[in-house]
Amino acid sequence: MNTGTAAFAIFRKDLTAERRARELVLTMLVFGLQVILVYVFAFDLNVGLRDEAVPGVLWATIVFAGTLGLGRSMAAEREQGCLDGLMLLPADRTAIYFGKAMANWVFLLIVCAILLPVYTFFSGVNLLRFDLMAVVLLGTFGYVFIGTLLSTLTVRVRSREMLLPVLLFPILIPLVLACLRGTTLLLTSGNAAELQTWLLVLIAYDVIIATVGWLLFDAVIED
Amino acid sequence: MADAPNAGRRNTSSKLLIALDVFALALTGFALVWVIFFTPREAVMGDVQKVFYFHVSSAWVGMLGFFGAFISGIAYLRTRRMVWDAAGIAGVEIGFVFTLLAVISGSIWARPIWNTWWTWEPRLTTAFVMLLVYAGYFILRASVDEVEKKARYSGIFAIVAFTVVPLTFISIRLFRTIHPVLFGSGSGGDVFQMTPRMLASFLLSLAAFTWLFAALYWNRLRLALADQAAADEQLQLEAEAEQ
Repeated sequence: MNTGTAAFAIFRKDLTAERRARELVLTMLVFGLQVILVYVFAFDLNVGLRDEAVPGVLWATIVFAGTLGLGRSMAAEREQGCLDGLMLLPADRTAIYFGKAMANWVFLLIVCAILLPVYTFFSGVNLLRFDLMAVVLLGTFGYVFIGTLLSTLTVRVRSREMLLPVLLFPILIPLVLACLRGTTLLLTSGNAAELQTWLLVLIAYDVIIATVGWLLFDAVIED
Repeated sequence: MADAPNAGRRNTSSKLLIALDVFALALTGFALVWVIFFTPREAVMGDVQKVFYFHVSSAWVGMLGFFGAFISGIAYLRTRRMVWDAAGIAGVEIGFVFTLLAVISGSIWARPIWNTWWTWEPRLTTAFVMLLVYAGYFILRASVDEVEKKARYSGIFAIVAFTVVPLTFISIRLFRTIHPVLFGSGSGGDVFQMTPRMLASFLLSLAAFTWLFAALYWNRLRLALADQAAADEQLQLEAEAEQ
């Protein structure tokens, strides 16, 4: 089987499973809302601070909610023995990586599609803009690719639920910084050249991570 | 070690190691004395500037260690030889300790010069993020029991971790920097000029630390290999006991 077809089959399988179980998206969403709530309380005292905190709150929410989904998506495969089935795939195993990553990306984007209007409603800062969509798309892309790689790595390790965020967050620093600054610059109509630089950092991160993931995934999943 | 089958070769290599160790100690000691007593005081910063020689050298050795682990990770995944896993853990451990030393010595320098122990300055922040990344490496190793899997996962993580370092640095650097730019054509007022004698001291400490790095790496590698051998032996004994 061709890798693309296999990846698409895995992607569709995840989407079907999610449509029936409605486990991942719903949990990520509720958790995301809770994170927003915590930040709203944390910055409640100072109105000026509240506006400046919007990009930070947004990305912290996406990152925290995403980790939940990434960990769960792989753990579910393992618990039901699906991973062993996937390993028998008559195709290149990187298909598993791309299929899972794309499915995770779609789930995270659905969560963002709900969180952004909700947070716009709460904060009064308009987050429903096309240029911001670009940052969200690029940011979540890199995030799910590194996240899927590391969650496959941690899923068969003793302390997996604890380990994933510990390994993932420091690796995410460039991505989060780029998304954060990009969002701030868009919301404040800041320096266009700086915005361009950050978008470049974001694209570089995405390309590097997807390549590294593609190269290393075989070694991650081999048993 | 003397009763090992290839005792002759072992003997030569352990003699070499002793030579390496002694020379590392001597060179580091000499660099320390040289920097303290025979290097000119920097006109503006005074004695505290002397921390710089060891600070930069530590950061350099830290990078070397992480780079060693990166190369070892690639080599392990290609050859599947356990010696590369030993080289990986040796690299990360040395890299971690020396990055920590660089952060601490940087803080000692920053207190009088920047008037604060800590700032979120790019290089400091990058060093801090790297410490967090490689702390994850230790936790990952500790939570895998199977030897082969531990080696494979560690190798993979060391590769991922090192690949992200340049991007981490660039992205943090894009924020405002106040770290002095030492080499090249710095245009800011923060550039401090090294006199030839200061440059000599700097190169001396760099050489001493690099030598120290080689000695430590070899020792740590031997320890890791002995660890592996002991674990193998234990498995063998357990298997014999079961029979």
